[in-house]
Amino acid sequence: MIWNPEAECMPPYARKRLQLANLKNLVEKVYDKVPFYRRKFEELGITPRDIHNLEDMAKLPFTTKDDLRETYPYGLLAVPEAEIEEIHMSSGTTGIPVVDAYTRKDIEIWGEGMARTLSMAGGRRNDIVQNAYGYGLFTGGMGAHYGAKTIGANVIPMSAGNTQKQIQVMKDFGSTMLTCTPSYALFLGEAIHEAGHNIREFRLRAGCFGAEPWSENMRKEIELKLNIKAYDIYGLTEITGPGVSSECEMQNGLHINEDLFYPEIIDPVTGQVLAEGEKGELVFTTLTKEGTPLIRYRTRDITCLFSESCPCGRTTIKMHRLFGRTDDMLIIRGVNVFPSQVEQVLIAIEGTDPHYQIILTRGESHLDEMEIMVEVQEKFFTDETRGLEVLRAKIETEIRSKLGVHAKIKLVEPKTIERSIGKAKRVIDKRVI
Amino acid sequence: MIIKQISVFLENISGRLAEVTRILADNKINLRALTIADTADFGILRIIAVKPDEAVRILTQAGFMAKETDVLAVEVEDKPGALAAVLDIFSKNSINIEYMYASLERSADKAVIVIKVEDVERGIKVVEANGLKPISAF
Repeated sequence: MIWNPEAECMPPYARKRLQLANLKNLVEKVYDKVPFYRRKFEELGITPRDIHNLEDMAKLPFTTKDDLRETYPYGLLAVPEAEIEEIHMSSGTTGIPVVDAYTRKDIEIWGEGMARTLSMAGGRRNDIVQNAYGYGLFTGGMGAHYGAKTIGANVIPMSAGNTQKQIQVMKDFGSTMLTCTPSYALFLGEAIHEAGHNIREFRLRAGCFGAEPWSENMRKEIELKLNIKAYDIYGLTEITGPGVSSECEMQNGLHINEDLFYPEIIDPVTGQVLAEGEKGELVFTTLTKEGTPLIRYRTRDITCLFSESCPCGRTTIKMHRLFGRTDDMLIIRGVNVFPSQVEQVLIAIEGTDPHYQIILTRGESHLDEMEIMVEVQEKFFTDETRGLEVLRAKIETEIRSKLGVHAKIKLVEPKTIERSIGKAKRVIDKRVI
Repeated sequence: MIIKQISVFLENISGRLAEVTRILADNKINLRALTIADTADFGILRIIAVKPDEAVRILTQAGFMAKETDVLAVEVEDKPGALAAVLDIFSKNSINIEYMYASLERSADKAVIVIKVEDVERGIKVVEANGLKPISAF
């Protein structure tokens, strides 16, 4: 079913008119209220009066992740602090988080976006949504929660993990929809079989999976193991969280809620806007956001846009399943991780330039596993195992607390990590997705 | 009489220990006692060898992380209760033994116990005060 036919099935010309009106409002608002944007506009010699049509979008400055870091925590606020009702954040490259501050209306918009997502997956009032996205600063948990509430479904706020409980609740309460990362969905599917349950006795019917890259093969496996239809959904903290785009029942590209989030594809090197169908970096402008509106935010995700008359009836532009990233960011169990964060933890502990290597695998469990090999430095080596065990445990704890993911730390002999032309190969990604 | 023990960091990779012993053998360094402290991922090989300085240099050159550590060694009779008597001395003097291992002496009726304590000098004094003789080589 279509949650908001007016917005989602609007004739494209009418939508463009609406987008332009909202863009003009947005540009005026950030020019007046956000000194950061005022300065950027002045540097480019433009004012809100230079925006006459949607093509003029190209005149506007980009916003980058670095910009968000530099303006942490409240620098991009376009409303008085008292208007903010919720804060979410995700980790940044240097440990300075990227913040999204929501007003009441922003939360409503978020719920609206996720209501459309859940509806695309067939969600409706009588559904029981088992939400296994992590609740907390991560936007997955609350985003899916608000969406489920918006469509009037019954939401069970499981949060991530605790697999046996997940299975029990799914069975006893007859959950009809599952929201979580795709790798956890697969893990759950296998755990259900291992526990000796027959999935056909469950009422589960559909799942909305996102926050990490996955593939068609994984989709097939999830659909088989959980006996559901699995939908790819997309979103990011900076823009709103989940609810930016998602697949309809055609499972062919993700419909972007472009009345709320205006997409562009640019050449990541030149910044030039690319035509539909061309692969490049995805850029979003939050047309209706109040708390922390963003102009042309560079997501660093690589995809392409395409308009087609979708048999589902929606007229919104689609984006292809993600092809990759423009930076070295890794997504591990839905958590954004930069190798530089690992480096900082090691520098803080070891005091010198560390030699390390991150190895990512997706083993039997189908969950991402991160192992970090760290070369032992002479000063930490003694004749006792205790000293090194303490070092290993300390690195493990620090990684967990700074990155928010668990990593297995393996201490290795000096000079055993491969160095290529002076620079070590930092990441070996063996995950097959 | 302090003895220089060689400690070598070893990853749990098959053949790694054999490499160490091969390198020492090629350089004609005889091993007198040896033990491994291991964890799930790595181990620390502890060796008593002749020419410890040279052994460390050779191993370091071969890319191993090796260090010398001061330990003490006591010769005891190879009979029941001999070790217990030595350990009693440490216990009575509140000296904590961090680790220890044993080796048989050339003459069949003797055993050598290698002991690591925090303060080796004090350990030696206490052993001597109790009529035992720390040995300087074996």
